Amino acid sequence: MPYPTDYKYTKEHEWIKADGKSATIGITHHAQESLGDIVFVDLPKIGSEIAVGKAFGSVESVKAVSDLYAPVSGTVTEVNGDLATAPEKINKDAHSAWMIKITLKDPNELNALLPASDYEKFVAEEG
Amino acid sequence: MRYLPKSPADRKAMLQAIGARSIDDLFAPIPAEYRLGRDLKVPRQMAESEIVDWFRERARENGDSYATFLGAGAYYHYRPVIIDSLISRGEFLTAYTPYQAEISQGTLQSIFEFQTMICELTSMEVANASMYDGSTAAAEAVMMAVRLTGRRSVVIARSLHPEYREVLTTYAHHQNMPLSTCSFGDDARLNLKELEQSITSDTACVLIQSPNFLGTIEDTTAIAEIAHRKGAMLVVSIAEAVSLGIVEPPRKADVIAMEAQSFGVPLGFGGPYCGVIATRDQFVRQMPGRLVGQTTDRTGKRGFVLTLATREQHIRREKATSNICTNQALVALMVNIFMTIYGKVGLKELAKQNLAKTAYAAAQFSKHTKVLFAGASRFNEFVVQTSEDPYAINSRLLGHKIIGGLPLKKFYPELGNAALWCCTELTTRTAIDTAVGLVAESERSVKATKEEVDAQEVER
Amino acid sequence: MKHKTRKATRHVNQNEGLIFEKSSPGKAAWKLPPLDVPEVDASALLGSSERKDLGNLPEVSEIEIIRHFTRLSTWNYAIDLGMYPLGSCTMKYNPRVNELVVRLDGLANGHPYQPERISQGALRIIKTLSDCLLEITGMDAITLQPAAGAHGELTGLLLVRAYHQSKGAPRKKILIPDSAHGTNPATAAMVGYAVENLKSNAQGMVDVAALTAQMNDDVAALMLTNPNTLGVFEQEIHKIAEIMHAKGGLLYMDGANMNALVGKVRPGDFGVDVMHLNLHKTFSTPHGGGGPGSGPVAVKQILEPFLPTPVAVTRPDGTLAFDYDRPQSVGRVRAFYGNFGMFVRALAYILANGPDGLRQTTEDAVLNANYIRKGLEGAYDLPYSTPSMHEVVFSDKLQAKKGVKTMDIAKRLIDYGFHPYTTAFPLIVPGALMIEPTESESKEEMDLFVEAMRSIAEEVEEDPQTVLDAPHSTRVSRLDETAAARKPVLRWKPGN
Repeated sequence: MPYPTDYKYTKEHEWIKADGKSATIGITHHAQESLGDIVFVDLPKIGSEIAVGKAFGSVESVKAVSDLYAPVSGTVTEVNGDLATAPEKINKDAHSAWMIKITLKDPNELNALLPASDYEKFVAEEG
Repeated sequence: MRYLPKSPADRKAMLQAIGARSIDDLFAPIPAEYRLGRDLKVPRQMAESEIVDWFRERARENGDSYATFLGAGAYYHYRPVIIDSLISRGEFLTAYTPYQAEISQGTLQSIFEFQTMICELTSMEVANASMYDGSTAAAEAVMMAVRLTGRRSVVIARSLHPEYREVLTTYAHHQNMPLSTCSFGDDARLNLKELEQSITSDTACVLIQSPNFLGTIEDTTAIAEIAHRKGAMLVVSIAEAVSLGIVEPPRKADVIAMEAQSFGVPLGFGGPYCGVIATRDQFVRQMPGRLVGQTTDRTGKRGFVLTLATREQHIRREKATSNICTNQALVALMVNIFMTIYGKVGLKELAKQNLAKTAYAAAQFSKHTKVLFAGASRFNEFVVQTSEDPYAINSRLLGHKIIGGLPLKKFYPELGNAALWCCTELTTRTAIDTAVGLVAESERSVKATKEEVDAQEVER
Repeated sequence: MKHKTRKATRHVNQNEGLIFEKSSPGKAAWKLPPLDVPEVDASALLGSSERKDLGNLPEVSEIEIIRHFTRLSTWNYAIDLGMYPLGSCTMKYNPRVNELVVRLDGLANGHPYQPERISQGALRIIKTLSDCLLEITGMDAITLQPAAGAHGELTGLLLVRAYHQSKGAPRKKILIPDSAHGTNPATAAMVGYAVENLKSNAQGMVDVAALTAQMNDDVAALMLTNPNTLGVFEQEIHKIAEIMHAKGGLLYMDGANMNALVGKVRPGDFGVDVMHLNLHKTFSTPHGGGGPGSGPVAVKQILEPFLPTPVAVTRPDGTLAFDYDRPQSVGRVRAFYGNFGMFVRALAYILANGPDGLRQTTEDAVLNANYIRKGLEGAYDLPYSTPSMHEVVFSDKLQAKKGVKTMDIAKRLIDYGFHPYTTAFPLIVPGALMIEPTESESKEEMDLFVEAMRSIAEEVEEDPQTVLDAPHSTRVSRLDETAAARKPVLRWKPGN
């Protein structure tokens, strides 16, 4: 599974696509594969703050819950309403099933994240 | 020992297979200083007949075949015979929690039916597979409201069952949940003006009971309107499930926390009973307790499974909606069968009989003494106020093999010599007449003594 | 060779629908006696509170109800049918004399508020059971109020908190081993404590060095299961208790695994300050499809003042009573006195056993687990070589190489007529198979179980698909739990 090279990644298996002062966040293909069939996603409200490294929501499969960790800090501007009724979209295509859009608090935080090649290596080693 | 299916030869063969010299080898991991070198000091092993005799003695010491007028959260109703016939089947009695759905469809389907009927009776959209009892269901429902609103304080009706209130206090103590009380008026209904003032922007919910502890039916619509207008939820506790046969359910409540003991669960000196939480679909993910959902198998056949398990302790651990692990499956099955037996028509008739017996009793008592709170409707409980201490009256009633109403002084001292009386379809007219007769006699004798004393005063 | 097992699908007993689907107006299973008091007009009495319609409740006859539930019951597995090798569940025989005595009139119809004068029988049952449980646990005082194990844990931690509060400060944290049951951390959170994980060592026991490092004045208690969820007895328990007590902390024991200890060793003797028991595990009360349980909490004297109200006491004249004058009590954890029906059953079990029966029961439980361990060694991976007590944990490591996991093996076990063991717990063993036979299994049953498990291990090698597609012999095949969670259907609706 190719990991989009214009995305950056975290070791907690989130992806982020930055675009100037804003960014889009989701979970990776590897994450959805580990979770299995996703049944529910718990996302923050528009306007709430997320802090780098802290949990901002959770994703549930039938038998497990995983926290979602913020790759960077920012304010939530949009939430993907599709996921409330069709969480399976994440299983189908995790890299296009975005979860939240934010305005970045500090774009420098992106530098600490993994590029696609490093993330792929990390996933291969973990497996 | 007759429950152990092994012969000495079996044990020997097994030890040999394991490579142990004796059973003591297998207990070697326990440090020697702690190993018990003596018999436990418990009664000696009894034959089955001795066990039955021992408990028969206890049953005799426990006053069997008394007529009872006690209610107050535990109700004496008739239990149709087929309830025990069915729940005693080994496949129900000795089955485990239905985690392996393919071999637990009996339990799962009956819980699904239970959930459905509770919804119909309470007018809610979803119900769980039961909680420990009405008191803990009320506490858990309140905590649900706290999670859902993000607010912390709770307004509690003073007419909520006092022990339910105690339980909530214990639970709330460490959750940083301030509790305040709203009193009742002369009709025993919640004081709406006071309620209006008690609700703040930090109030998560209002908790009431209807019919309340004093037997009176609350105006749940009006209470809901006030609570909702101020952003709080309404949690209604129902202790006498049979009331739902003839009394409108609180359709405007957000969460209903019920005690279903009246539906075929024995009084059994206080437990096990059957709590249930019922609520609206939108709140289901914050509802504690097991839930059974309908689904299909690989061939498309309908089946049932435990679902939304991610709310629960075994997955969420410290983030769970509650730590509850059990549901009261066996008693919920009794409730299920009871509701099925009486059904749409029977539950109404049963409730009407309760209403009739209570109306008769209240009318008879009021000829001789005060029956309080006559201003509002009641179901099957009412408060009788006497000149004499109810303990003394009850003492005399015991001599007639009658258990009188619950004295209320320890819960509501301002009501003086008051007691809570309950009549169900099992209460006979004879018992009522006898009880009324004894109370009448008590009133006459107090009056006579008073007249005598007054006369002596005048003489002086 | 591949077997194609046909499921029974046409027989009416296998196709019993929902009770609502049999309902029709006019059918009835009830009849009330005529009123001996005047009829009433509900509208007049209740006014706008009168309920006119009871909605879609069923109307069916008595025989339909008997058939309905009897058919449903045949779809269930049960102890009466065969073994449940579920770890830490202690699925032992539920004696039937228990069911008889609990239905005796004075006990079944006792109202919790009836005068003490006519409650002496119930109180004596409570007192006798309490005394027996204190003797079994080696503790000083007990409450029978909690309704289940988790409820007992909640009560236990409330007592811990009250104790520390009385000493000046409640403290902040509870230490919980990573092998613990999920109720443990969930309970700690409910009582306002933060949870700190305690790692296990290579033998699967508490890492004493880690405990020493993590124990400080902020820690209120350690919640321990002993034997732990691997079935292993904490051999350094005296050190563990010492470390906790030295810094003013308490040792809480989850009594789920008491079936390995009764009559052989007492938690009160090895330093436990507070513990809960599961009457529905160790003391034979029936699981009934998921409950009710009963979770008494036993404590050392230092915690006695904080016990829930009321407490059963003996008066100077020898009569029994409830004492409500308990100023330091944590309050109530439920209305009334506890699951009395379970007290009766548990006490009947204790009386049926006596001291010799109880000890033999424990010995058989441990013997059985070790026998199964021996029988399965080699066929399944044993992650910890430490001696097992009443349960043993294997892993699916060998089978995972063929893509078969613990859940698949468990489902295939159903085809052999056994209920699955506990899968995927404890969390410290990836792909766990947790097996507890209890003393109720005969050598014959266990030989069949070992044979079945070995057969499945062979199937994994030769024909893994059969295992992956299991179960094949049940009325329903694997159910779609994903759909059930994504679009929950939690009740029947007319027109469905």
